[in-house]
Amino acid sequence: MTTQIRAEGVRKRYGDAYALDGFDLQVPAGTICGLLGPNGAGKTTAVRVLSTLIRHDSGVAEVAGFDVATQPERVRAAIGLVGQQAAVDELLSGRQNLVLFGRLHHLGKREAARRADDLLARFDLADTGSKPISAYSGGMRRRLDLAVSLLAAPRVLFLDEPTTGLDPRSRIEVWKAVRSLVSDGTTVLLTTQYLEEADRLADRISLVEHGRVIAEGTPDELKGSLGANRIEVEVTDPGVVGDAVSVLSRVTGATPAVEELRVSAPAPDRASVLTDVVLALDAAGLAVEDVALRRPTLDEVFLQLTGTKEAA
Amino acid sequence: MIWTVSDGWTLTQRYLAHLVRKPGRLATVIAFPILMVLIFAYLLGGGMTVPGGGSYREFLMPGMFGMTMAFGLSGTMIAVLDDAAKGVTDRFRSLPMAPSAVLTGRATADLVNAMIALTVLVGCGFAVGWRPHGGLGETVLALALLLLLRMALVWVGIYLGLLTTDPAMVTLAQTLEFPFGFLSSAFVATATMPAWLGTVAEWNPLSSTVTAARRLFGNPGWAGDSWVVTHSVAMAIVWPLVILAVFVPLSVRRYGRLGN
Repeated sequence: MTTQIRAEGVRKRYGDAYALDGFDLQVPAGTICGLLGPNGAGKTTAVRVLSTLIRHDSGVAEVAGFDVATQPERVRAAIGLVGQQAAVDELLSGRQNLVLFGRLHHLGKREAARRADDLLARFDLADTGSKPISAYSGGMRRRLDLAVSLLAAPRVLFLDEPTTGLDPRSRIEVWKAVRSLVSDGTTVLLTTQYLEEADRLADRISLVEHGRVIAEGTPDELKGSLGANRIEVEVTDPGVVGDAVSVLSRVTGATPAVEELRVSAPAPDRASVLTDVVLALDAAGLAVEDVALRRPTLDEVFLQLTGTKEAA
Repeated sequence: MIWTVSDGWTLTQRYLAHLVRKPGRLATVIAFPILMVLIFAYLLGGGMTVPGGGSYREFLMPGMFGMTMAFGLSGTMIAVLDDAAKGVTDRFRSLPMAPSAVLTGRATADLVNAMIALTVLVGCGFAVGWRPHGGLGETVLALALLLLLRMALVWVGIYLGLLTTDPAMVTLAQTLEFPFGFLSSAFVATATMPAWLGTVAEWNPLSSTVTAARRLFGNPGWAGDSWVVTHSVAMAIVWPLVILAVFVPLSVRRYGRLGN
């Protein structure tokens, strides 16, 4: 399997702040890599460097085997880009947009028209293809945007927060479309703030913070890296959250995390842990809504690694 | 090289398709000078005198043509800003297309817009009694000089549009179009202004184009004894070329460095 996206020690400075500060990434062909991180972590900057929109200051960045700094034209011919906004021409129809961008990809007139029709059908836009984009819903725009990025059958596709601002239903539509792409062998780099999105779409996830990748692995590996399962207690009264914290910390020997009425901690690796917690809660006279043992979520992995949980 | 032309033309077609979809935009752009013609010809024109005599309406129309060319600047700027704000510019930049095509396509389309506006305004001029009195060659040259000025200012608009992401800058540009338009010989003869102001107005590139147009159309009020006025036709070529020589490279450079 060849590497389609490779970044090594990429740095990009804006003023005196590094948007990318030693950014490393390897994405094998035909996989989806999720770049996950909070706003301002450097995800978009990474995509903009890799898609030749901005020049990095140092480090190596290669896409589809071409260096983005010295061979940007070759890179552009091999990639598709879906930015944060649906970058389509509002005044033109869906079909006109596809033909326009197809022509700019240097497809012949007839070929551009043929692919436009194919893509409209593939993204369920055939009926609305001749309507101006201004009449499209947010989800339809996104799908058209995705269709435009696929005109030249790119080997590498960049999706920068493709579902931000979409309602849940449109989000699922876009996910479906992205999954179908990878089955054709396209390599996808996806940035997202939504853990669920990364969890459902990505083969591997890179957690990004302060311009660098702080952890990398499959969703399962990342969840596994938190160690064992977590034990979670949900109380009914906000006043007893503190008591629940001390019970959990005594039983597990770890510092519990609090999220509203829910208190959770990594569960020690012993069969009796659930019973121990229930007994301890009972002994403390705490009324609880729910006690459960479950696998960690990506949220927790992320918060644990970035250290924001303690702050909250 | 072939793609530079072909991609530029593809983008020109894009902007012309906008024109077909939303003809109202161009209509408002043209309605403004027509309104100005009516205001100046009928409302204010009675109090205007043309040095050396002659009809004020004959004097006015070349000024209106020139002003319409100049006021196209903010329209170009808006279009450039709009593409950048919607992410369309970034998409273009991620395509394997000729980079200059985005700018040349825009410039060509705006020149087509300007030709349409100029045609309508010439018709409007005929309606209020304006006539070109020169030969066909002189008339065509006058119109060509007006379009040359527009072409130069299109590139100023492109550069300003690439320079900022702030829509408030458009309002600023629109506001600055007024002193640029009025501090010229477009509406009143510079001889009627205080001497120093008249000199500034005479050196306004718009004045050179308007004065040259008056001279070539055979309309009144182009005579003068300052160097820049006696050389108005040459200056109507030199000024736009100077502007182009500055703003085309600036725009291309800026486009290449967007986002950095």
